[in-house]
Parts: sequence; structure tokens; C-alpha cells
Amino acid sequence: MNDVAMLWNVLAALIIGLAYLSAIIFVGGLILRLVLYLKTPVPLKIVQTPGPKSAPGVMARLAGDVLIFPNLFQADKALWLGAWIFHVCLFFILLRHTRYFLYPVPGLVVDWQTISVYAGFFFPVPALYLLWRRLAMSRVLYISGLPDYLTLILLTAIAATGMLVHYFARVYLVDVKAFILGLLTLSPVAPPQHPIFLVHFLLVCALMIWFPSSKLMHAGGLFFSPTRSQIDNVLYPRYVNPWNEEVPVD
Amino acid sequence: MTEKWTDFPATALKWEKRDNTMRIPVPELQEGIAAQQTCYPSKAKDMRAIDLPTERVPDWQARAIQKLQQLLERYRALRVYLDICAQCGACGDKCQFFLGTGDPNNMPVARANLLRKVYRYYFRPAEKILGGEAEAFNERVLREWYTYFYQCSECRRCSVFCPYGIDTAEITMAAREIMAEIGVATKYVTEVVAKVYERGNNLGIPGPAWIDNCQFLEEELKNETGKDIRMPVDEVGAEVLLVAPSADNFANTDTMMAYGKLFYALGISWTTSTYCNEGGNFGLFLNYRNLKKVNKRILDAARQLKVKRIIWGECGHAWRAGIYTNTLNGPMDFLDPPYPVHICQFTAEMIKRGALKIDKTANDDLIVTYHDPCNPARAGSLLEEPREMIRATCNHFIEMPANTIREKTFCCGAGGGLLTDEIMPIRMAGGKPRAEACRSTGANYLATPCAICKAQLPEVMKHWKVNVKVGGVHDLLSRALIL
Repeated sequence: MNDVAMLWNVLAALIIGLAYLSAIIFVGGLILRLVLYLKTPVPLKIVQTPGPKSAPGVMARLAGDVLIFPNLFQADKALWLGAWIFHVCLFFILLRHTRYFLYPVPGLVVDWQTISVYAGFFFPVPALYLLWRRLAMSRVLYISGLPDYLTLILLTAIAATGMLVHYFARVYLVDVKAFILGLLTLSPVAPPQHPIFLVHFLLVCALMIWFPSSKLMHAGGLFFSPTRSQIDNVLYPRYVNPWNEEVPVD
Repeated sequence: MTEKWTDFPATALKWEKRDNTMRIPVPELQEGIAAQQTCYPSKAKDMRAIDLPTERVPDWQARAIQKLQQLLERYRALRVYLDICAQCGACGDKCQFFLGTGDPNNMPVARANLLRKVYRYYFRPAEKILGGEAEAFNERVLREWYTYFYQCSECRRCSVFCPYGIDTAEITMAAREIMAEIGVATKYVTEVVAKVYERGNNLGIPGPAWIDNCQFLEEELKNETGKDIRMPVDEVGAEVLLVAPSADNFANTDTMMAYGKLFYALGISWTTSTYCNEGGNFGLFLNYRNLKKVNKRILDAARQLKVKRIIWGECGHAWRAGIYTNTLNGPMDFLDPPYPVHICQFTAEMIKRGALKIDKTANDDLIVTYHDPCNPARAGSLLEEPREMIRATCNHFIEMPANTIREKTFCCGAGGGLLTDEIMPIRMAGGKPRAEACRSTGANYLATPCAICKAQLPEVMKHWKVNVKVGGVHDLLSRALIL
């Protein structure tokens, strides 16, 4: 075995190790965080009124929050449009990527292939708008920190490298699928020897590691926001605070 | 006005109404412009009376972080909201205190970040490593907290515009609870709570003076109507215990007399209590323990007086605390359901049933508009009943612009424990949005069921030169009610 091949084997092993590590941090961290939210009590009714009067109503309110961001629409139309397109693009991109994980590829993913590719190409537009907004609007600049910029830059870089390997410097898809399915079936094989693909993949690993510790938790955390997820029955039935007795009044 | 008077450049911006929408001018950032506007610190005797340290405890940093840890374990909202804010800034221009002052720390997201950076420092190391703003709980941060968490009226307007419903009031409440724990609180809020324990009400009116006031109001009613309308106090066995804000007995007497007329017209026996003649609960603005303790007095009074129902009077945050009664000190099943009841719900129901005879023309001299107090609107589901009452008692009712009412209502500028004179510039700046919305209607009567709004808004309207009388919703009924 020559030196280059050995180096590649070491690198491949490191990439595989990192892939598993980031998957564990992502899935484990996400679950731990959401379980923590779930287990933390909500002592008082703090539902945003007027709100839904029933559980199905709450589900509709949350579904609306996930799909169309009604509060943001009321707050800022330009931001709403940018953020909504941003998330719709993300949705299509993620949907399309299931073709590397699933065998056979679901019909829906095949049908939506074209629009999903366009979403990938278009993604930097809303992402750069959000970045521009952070820099150009003084009051958004004031609240923006390094993680806010890094998140947008990271996502844009992932999208850009993704489009490169899809269109301009194509990676051999069979190799990609073999690599991913190998990881999923716990019988890993070496990744494709394609530098841009490897950058793309490593950036995704970074995103997965970053996710549970960051504001990206809004993805799951929204469902645990009491103002949106409580029922607007402020009077009846009696709402119980599990730690009320621990606070003495006499 | 006080020496600390500041003219905020933001307040010079022009507000206009177009197509039933208020065009809201967003001020330029003026970093630190409101930093000197702080409330007077609490007095040792008040702190002692409400079970808080009389001065800042020696190990304040450690105790504060311990308390933050406890609150994170107790409040899902706090933990989730500290984690998930995307820093999008949609809330920035929604807070009346930012719109009025231009101080960036009065943007809800920036206000929350004052706590978030401490949370990150001690509890979220990963974000700290990647350059997220993090800071130890030090003297400077405490100063920022004390300033800006007491420039928030806990009105929740920001939450209505947040894609995740992040409620900055929850963050403010947590920060205030942490500060209270280490002996840092404001004179106004702690004094009010201490007065409740000593005298039964926020204003500190002694029992005999309360009874005197009630007798005086009875005489007034006799002169006005020629009828023996009673303002009963401490009557055991009355059907209803009324817990109104004590200001109704003392300052907003038209509202208080209106309650008397209402119960007289309905033939319902009622009473107030000298043990608990207060609906308001400043514990809500301080910490859970005092919230619960002040609230308990209402149920104790109801048991002493053997009433069948408790009705909350015209007070915004009293209604929010009132809703919590069943959770804090319930069950309330010794009372007749439904409970708790707000007087506007009760009266609107009586009007619907046709139990009251009303002559709307008695209010024909008034062009009425309605100010939703924050707590009934955004936390208490009380939007329709006051409006039904106004429509039933007045011929001329005009709403303020759509983006300034109902759940999007602007705070009067003094809720959440800010109704204190040393921060008058903040109060006037925060009240500007409401004043401009009111001006745009041309109304001459601004009705609102909240004692804090009734104390703050006349000063706001005078300051911004809006010619309108501020009064209760029941005051309108009082004028139109045929006895």
C-alpha cells in the first residue's frame, strides 16, 4: 500500500468516525433537549389570548406556526417573506436528500426532484437576504451575534457545495449512496474521493453538532412554547402547578 | 416632573393613521439613552415585611445563579424561550418602550438577551465557545437588569409578533424574581406588597377610612339618584365579594359607585372586605411567593364572609392574577361556579339577559373609544365583554386603529410595577403610542377597565396633549342605567 492510499484510509476512517459522532450528538442532543423541555413544568396558564379553546385548536395553531408563520407575517412582511422562502427551500432540500437514505426512493421525492433542485439553487437568495438584513438594519445588527452570522454562513456554504457536487463538479451518486447506506447499516465504506463532496459532508456534520446547542432548537422548541401550545381555557378546569405546594405562604 | 427628565428624540416622530391602521414610526437607536431611568430601590422595612433580604446578600452572585437554576427547572417557558430565540428582531419595533425611547435595550429581544447572556455563561457553554454573547452575573449586568427589567411592563405585546410566541414578560418576571432573591427590588413594588399585608390594599387605606369612603359614596349616590344604594363592607353572608382595585374606592369613585348601582339594580347582595379590599396583586411583578400570598387573601376573605361568588373589579393585572387563583390557592369549589368572574363578564351577561334597563342617550355627549389593558386582552381572553358593555350603553363608540387594539393593544406605559413618578420620562415615552392611537379617533372619552391605566393615561394624554377624559367601562353603565 502506498502512502497516499494509507493517508486516504486514515482520512476515510476519521470522516466515518466524525459522521457517527455528529449523528450521536445531533440525535442525542435533540432528544435530551426536547425531553428536558417536556419534563419542565408550566406552572401557570400563560396562553396567548384569544387562543384556541380545544386541543385540536391548539394543533391547528401550531401547524399554522410551523407552516406559515402567522405572527411573523403580522410583524414584518419582508422578513416573513424571506424567512418563509428560506424554510420552504430547506424543506425541499431535506426532502430531496432522503433519496440518499432511502431505498427504494419514495415516489414523492422523485416527483419533486426538479423543484427541489431549484430550491437548492435558490436557497442562497433568502439566506443572503437574512444576512444582509442583519447587517443593514441597525436594530437587527445590534442584536446579532457571531452565532447568528455563522449559522447563516454555514447553511449557505452547505447549499453552495451541495449545488456544486450536484451540477458543476458532479460526484458519482452511486458512491454517495453506498457511503450513506453503509453508515446507516453500520457497515461503513469509504466516502467518495471528491473534495467538494467531502467539504459538503463535513459542513453538514458541523451543523449537526451545532444544532442542539444553538438557536436552531426553535425547530422543535416551538412545540413547547406555552403561549402557543396551551389551550385558552383560562378559567376551567382548574390548572394545577406541580410545585405550588413547595412555595410556602405562611 | 423629576430631575431625571429626558426628552427622548424618538417621541418627536410623527404618528399617522391610514386606512384604520396606525403607521408606527421606528426610532433610530440611541444606545444607553434610557440607562439613567431607574426606579428607587426598595426600603428595608418593606423588604422585611415581604420576606425578602433587606439588603443585597453578600453571596449575591452565587445565590442569583442558584435561583436561575431553580427557575429553569420550574418554568418551561423560561428554558424554551432562552434557548430558541432566533434573534430575528421581529419584536424589536413592537414594544412601546422601544418606540418611545429608542434605547435598543428596550427591544424585547435585547431585553431578553440581558438574561440570555448570563444563562449562556453558566448553562450553555457551546454557544459561548462559538462567540455567542456571554457574561458572568456581575455588578454591571445587575445594573442593566435593574434598569431594563423595570422598564418592561410585562405587557406581552412582543409575544404576539414572535414566530414562536416568546413572551418577554416571562423573562422579565424571572429576572425580577432572581433580583428579589438577592435583595434587589424597587421601592414602589415592594412598598405596595407590604401595604397589602399591613392594610389589605395597595394604597394602604386603613379599614376605618375604607368604611368612611363607602359611606361617603352612599351619600353621593343618594344625592345623585335619590335612592338608598348601599356600598356594603364586611357583610357576612353576602352573595358576592367584590375585589376591586382599591383605587376605585379612593380615586376612580365613579367606577366604584357604578358597581353599587349595578348590584342595586340587580337586587344582589354584595360586600367588600377590609381584610382584602384589593384585586390587584403586585406579587405578580415580584416573585411567585408574594403572588401566591397576596392572592390567598382573596379566598380567605371569601371564606370569612361566607360569600357564594367572588367578582374581580376593573383592574387589568388583577384579572391575570385572578385567573391564577384556582392554581395558586384553589380549589375554589366552596364557591358557586363559574369562577373566577370578572365584573365585565358579569355585567355583559346581565345585559344580554335583559336584567338591566339602559338609556343609551344618557351617554350621547360622549364619543367613546376603548383601551384594552394588556392583561385582560393578551392573558385573560377578555376582549368582547367590555365592548359589548360599551355598545349597550353608548351610541357613539369608535375603535382605535386595528394594529393598536385587542391582542395588539399598546400598554398604557405604566403596567408591571412601573406606575411610579421617578421614571416619569419612561412612562410618558411608553404611553405615546396609546396617546397617538387615541388622538386619531377624535374620541372624548377613553374607557378602560384597569386602575393602573386609569392612573397613567390621564397623565399621558395631558403630556401629549390629547383632549380626552379617561374612565371606567362601568362609569358608562352608571350614567345610562335606569334605576
